[in-house]
Amino acid sequence: MKAYLILADGSVYTGDSLGANRDAVMEVVFNTSMTGYTEVLTDPSYYGQGVIMTYPIEGNYGVNYQDMESRRIWVSSFIVREYTALASNFRNEATLDEFLRRYDVPAISGVDTRAITKKIREQGTMGGYLTTNPDYNKEEIVDMLRGYTIKDAVKAVTRGGKTRLKNEGGYKVALLDVGAKDNIADSLHRRGLDVTIYPALTSAEEILADKPDGIMISNGPGDPTDCVEVIANIKKLYDSDVPIFGICLGHQLMALATGASTEKLKYGHRGANHPVKDLALGRVYITSQNHGYVVSKINGDVAEISHVNVNDGTVEGLRYKGKNIFTVQFHPEACPGPQDTEYLFDEFIEMMGGKKNA
Amino acid sequence: MPKSPDIKKVLVIGSGPIIIGQAAEFDYAGTQACRSLKDDGVEVVLINSNPATIMTDKDIADKVYIEPLTTETVEKVIMAEKPDSILPTLGGQTGLNLAMELAEAGFLKEHNVKLLGTSSETIKMAEDRQSFKDAMLSIGQPCIASKVVETYADALAFAKEIGFPVIVRPAYTLGGTGGGIAENEEELAQIAPHGLRLSRVGQVLIEKCIAGWKEIEFEVIRDGAGSCITVCSMENLDPVGVHTGDSIVVAPAQTLADKEYQMLRTAALKIINKLKVEGGCNVQFALEPNSFEYAVIEVNPRVSRSSALASKATGYPIAKVAAKIALGYHLDEIKNAVTGKTFACFEPALDYIVAKIPKWPFDKFVTAERKLGTQMKATGEVMSINPTFEGALMKAVRSLELNIYSLDLPAYRDMDADALRQELKKVDDMRLFVVAQSLKKGISVDEINEITKIDKWFLGKIDNIMKLEETLRTGELTPELLEKAKIYGFYDKVIGDLVGKTDREIRALRLQWNILPAYKMVDTCAAEFEAVTPYYYSCYGSETEADPASDRKKILVLGSGPIRIGQGIEFDYCSVHAVWALSKLGYETIIVNNNPETVSTDFDISDKLYFEPLTPEDVENIVDVEQPYGAIVQFGGQTAIKLTKALNDMGVRILGTDARDVDRAEDRELFDEVLEICKIRRPQGRTIFTCEEAIAAANEIGYPVLVRPSYVLGGQGMEIAYNDTDITIYMEIINRSVQEHPILVDKYVLGKEVEVDAVCDGTDILIPGIMEHLERAGIHSGDSISVYPAQTLTQEEKDTIIRFTKSLATELNVVGLINIQFIVASDGVYVIEVNPRSSRTVPYISKVTNVPIVALAIRCMLGERLKDLGYGVGLHPEADYVAVKMPVFSFEKLHDVDTALGPEMKSTGEVLGIAPTFHEALYKSFIASGFVIPERGNMLITVRDTDKEEVCRLAKDFDDYGFGIYATGGTCEYLRKNGIHARRVNKIAEGAPDILDFISAGGVDLVVNTPTRGRQHNRDGFKIRRTSVERSVPCMTSLDTARALLTAIKQKDEGELGIVDISTI
Repeated sequence: MKAYLILADGSVYTGDSLGANRDAVMEVVFNTSMTGYTEVLTDPSYYGQGVIMTYPIEGNYGVNYQDMESRRIWVSSFIVREYTALASNFRNEATLDEFLRRYDVPAISGVDTRAITKKIREQGTMGGYLTTNPDYNKEEIVDMLRGYTIKDAVKAVTRGGKTRLKNEGGYKVALLDVGAKDNIADSLHRRGLDVTIYPALTSAEEILADKPDGIMISNGPGDPTDCVEVIANIKKLYDSDVPIFGICLGHQLMALATGASTEKLKYGHRGANHPVKDLALGRVYITSQNHGYVVSKINGDVAEISHVNVNDGTVEGLRYKGKNIFTVQFHPEACPGPQDTEYLFDEFIEMMGGKKNA
Repeated sequence: MPKSPDIKKVLVIGSGPIIIGQAAEFDYAGTQACRSLKDDGVEVVLINSNPATIMTDKDIADKVYIEPLTTETVEKVIMAEKPDSILPTLGGQTGLNLAMELAEAGFLKEHNVKLLGTSSETIKMAEDRQSFKDAMLSIGQPCIASKVVETYADALAFAKEIGFPVIVRPAYTLGGTGGGIAENEEELAQIAPHGLRLSRVGQVLIEKCIAGWKEIEFEVIRDGAGSCITVCSMENLDPVGVHTGDSIVVAPAQTLADKEYQMLRTAALKIINKLKVEGGCNVQFALEPNSFEYAVIEVNPRVSRSSALASKATGYPIAKVAAKIALGYHLDEIKNAVTGKTFACFEPALDYIVAKIPKWPFDKFVTAERKLGTQMKATGEVMSINPTFEGALMKAVRSLELNIYSLDLPAYRDMDADALRQELKKVDDMRLFVVAQSLKKGISVDEINEITKIDKWFLGKIDNIMKLEETLRTGELTPELLEKAKIYGFYDKVIGDLVGKTDREIRALRLQWNILPAYKMVDTCAAEFEAVTPYYYSCYGSETEADPASDRKKILVLGSGPIRIGQGIEFDYCSVHAVWALSKLGYETIIVNNNPETVSTDFDISDKLYFEPLTPEDVENIVDVEQPYGAIVQFGGQTAIKLTKALNDMGVRILGTDARDVDRAEDRELFDEVLEICKIRRPQGRTIFTCEEAIAAANEIGYPVLVRPSYVLGGQGMEIAYNDTDITIYMEIINRSVQEHPILVDKYVLGKEVEVDAVCDGTDILIPGIMEHLERAGIHSGDSISVYPAQTLTQEEKDTIIRFTKSLATELNVVGLINIQFIVASDGVYVIEVNPRSSRTVPYISKVTNVPIVALAIRCMLGERLKDLGYGVGLHPEADYVAVKMPVFSFEKLHDVDTALGPEMKSTGEVLGIAPTFHEALYKSFIASGFVIPERGNMLITVRDTDKEEVCRLAKDFDDYGFGIYATGGTCEYLRKNGIHARRVNKIAEGAPDILDFISAGGVDLVVNTPTRGRQHNRDGFKIRRTSVERSVPCMTSLDTARALLTAIKQKDEGELGIVDISTI
């Protein structure tokens, strides 16, 4: 079956329908990772977005449910050049097509993903609409896309209740789920921490009442400035003396809570090859990234820049003065992508007083 | 950290001659590194024995020593030039070993020379099997059960302990020389002692065989601050067991989920950090296909063949970055030249697939054992780029120039499933085609995977190709189907054959249906950033990015494809110089080539690079887009010449000699007319098609005769025939591959062989130099020792040669280059071959005469006159130095190849000896070629009857010099009769201990054996020659070479050798 991808600029790309057969509206972004489609699809940060994979073949190793980064697929749509049902891997449980259908996510294959990527690079992230209806009304769709924004994203993806990953006797870590990938909790749990995950709108008081040894603020989707309530809570967490580590959206929210601002990048950073320099160590690490916004206008009295992006000089990490707080824009939990910055989880533990149970 | 201020003068060691396992990739790496060092204002001193390289140009380095790569010579260069540093990691294993020897001996320290980049401790840790294993254990990286042994007994004991099969890997050898898989004790007894002998340190590793696991490689770069990145992952289609140089390789890895991918990537980074490599490094892993179990196979702490491939596959210039790191730069300080914006510290993202297929020499060495294992056999490789695996594979297959355009080979078409099942068990160069045919015949992917262990993903993809072939064969050709076939990389002619149309009809349909190739850019970043270097590949079903707009005239330079015997790196040298000359003259240059190892396919050599197969269709597609002003075919060897007709048909102006005149030089009958007009003789000859005609022609001319196909390179399929039986055998071999052109039978004339390269502007000629071959006619010019200036010609003979060259060039209206081979016989000068194009001697003659031959040829092609170019006309004054070009062979890597020299070329590379006198130059060239010159010792002589008289004089001279002379029956008797004290050795038939035992036992230091007859392997001579090669005993198959060796041996007593900086010539 044919599928049509209509972009906000009026261009139309015709390909083959993949996954669920239903229409989808999305913000179109691209990801340059050459592996890891399962992780990308299930990363809550992609809520409301249609993801183009720049790598031209997807589906090579099938899907195994273990590699999911959350409970479901979050992308609105998936846009690939070639979909292959040749899924060759010892852990393979389903084809990519079956996986998309299972979570009712429509996708398109057989389009020139490089051409679309170049368009987004030049014109910036834009709205898109996917349909299998050949009689689509282009004018109407384009009009609708011009007004499309992703709303209430964090509320949509955060979990309904508290969950605990036990490690009796380990440091207690509160993980504020504003759209967390599972490997954040897993990375903490693997290191012997007793992790409690809280829904995004949990009050600071409730979290602090559980007396955590450290607080982790996760990654998540959408425009960080939308998260007014969460930001207010985070300000309270900032004022406590509990060590805090923030990743991606967590990094942005902490910045907003403490007086910095954020701005939208033209087409974001999404991939597994972004170089980030740790200014304290003088070393560059390759990081996994997925963000459309960056932190800007930092108040030097509150925080100092700890990491920068080598490609475009944007802020990749902050250390808060007089506080046991550090945050990064990239994803030390990887999945997909390089594991080079996992050491930050260990730094977080150091901040709580060093290894326990060791 | 910026460049270290202490580094002002750096010595770069090259990799020497092209041999199997060490090819053009090191010219590419070395050239890139030298240019990078010069960019930083560093004075570069270069030493390399290979004169065909671009790196040995004085434009690339400040001081250039084309000298033997021995510690003695490098020491001399260091003492003369006093560099402050040495860069050892860009000259392959050869460069690395030399630097290590100098470091270990304390020489570098003594002369205050710093080892740049990776330290000697690191190199040792990575190269020494045991310390490597210990290092891996210390960081928790699994290695394969293995043990270093120094004796066969220990090898056997350990093999029994871990169980057969085991892999034998000699330490410190390249391309896995001397290694192999031993299935049982018997095979171990063959392989292990050989490996022990070849290892520089007398060690081999005996290792548990993990054949069948996935083989995954990472190219990693690390700087002095400890930042490290992986440039590229690569997956071998052929599982562990086949040397990676002999494997079909794709980039990036295709069958790994992110979990496995990151596991191996992290392991690679841990390893490079442990080893503290500063620069490039290659890490090879074996991954068990059904678990997360993996093992580290090997680490190369230097730039390698895989780095060249990774560089071309991603656009990331590994050698250049490695050179900058060696100077002290950090990755985040080095600009990414492709984007001009980002930095070297990022990981390239690919939005296409790269396929590499090795180029094996089995089309030339028809008798060679084709089995692939741990010892590399390929001489070169091709690479192709496409968004689909199918397309990448199909493009790579036709880039091999095997006259194969699809996976459905006629040779397997008639085989049934059972026969194919047997074929599938063979691991050789044909496996891809056997797999394809098996799929076509309905053998399941699962079964093929079971037998071959090739991942099902690759098999499924190959199956897609075969299924599409079937659809084309049986279905109706719709626009959708045609587009799909083009997306899958099908060649128009293949589609035409399947649907019953001609290739032109398919092209017409494509144009009608608007199915046109799109050209996409290799930009290192999957379009995330704008790229500034136009490096293109073709694909279908896409929007094109090629931008043909230009304010300059565009010239297409056709490259020479994969390195193979007969067409080596020399042609890349010429192509690159052509580009540089054209750029200087203000033209826009466009290179088309498919060889990832070469300088010509570096993104910053030409204005535009099309990484494409060199076929008429692929070139025509580029012509359609670029509409070049003209094309140059003279520099890309036969690969480019073969495209002349197609280019003409496309209406492209061929710059230089007209295609009709090229034809007049190559077509026998037409050429006879040319000779008639010029009143020049050539050995009598006939053009024939069948075996019967050949026999008739030979009898008419009189034996011995030369038999060969026309339009070939390196004398492919050429033999001297002495009788009708010989002819029958050779004709059968020649006709194994499809012959589009007639076969030639020529009288074999005995005499001195002389060669010239000349530049011609249509009126005048310039001969930079006359070269004389040391071996008399009958040995291919590429395999002969060639001397410049000619040493034994009379002035009259020289004058004749100049006159003939001028009249042939004029008559053939040559504009550009011409190469002529003469025989100077007792009754005058004959012409044996005229090639109106660049030849393999152009680089070395350019260097020793200081005449920029390629640039002059280009200027002539564009209308300038030699008289105005400042290098004169006629014969250029002779240089003050004598240069001896010596061929280098790779026989020890190719079992069952006869080492006897003849009219068919067998060498893989060459070295140069340059000195004020002939004798010194000759001696140097022997050393440079890796020849272990026996000072005294035992010489074994077995020659054909016709050589007996002559061999007496030779034997006497060796005897006088102090060699013990040994010979078999007839020869021995003959020598004794002539007063030479010869000792007798048993022939093979005479029982043990026979001649082979004698050689095997190490009793011989030098063998002289002249072949009686071509390709028969059961004969004693063949066995003697092979045994010599396998025991590393020099074996001369021409009395002339043996005579030259004696000259060289005597020179050894003449004291110290000098060194020559060719940039001062």
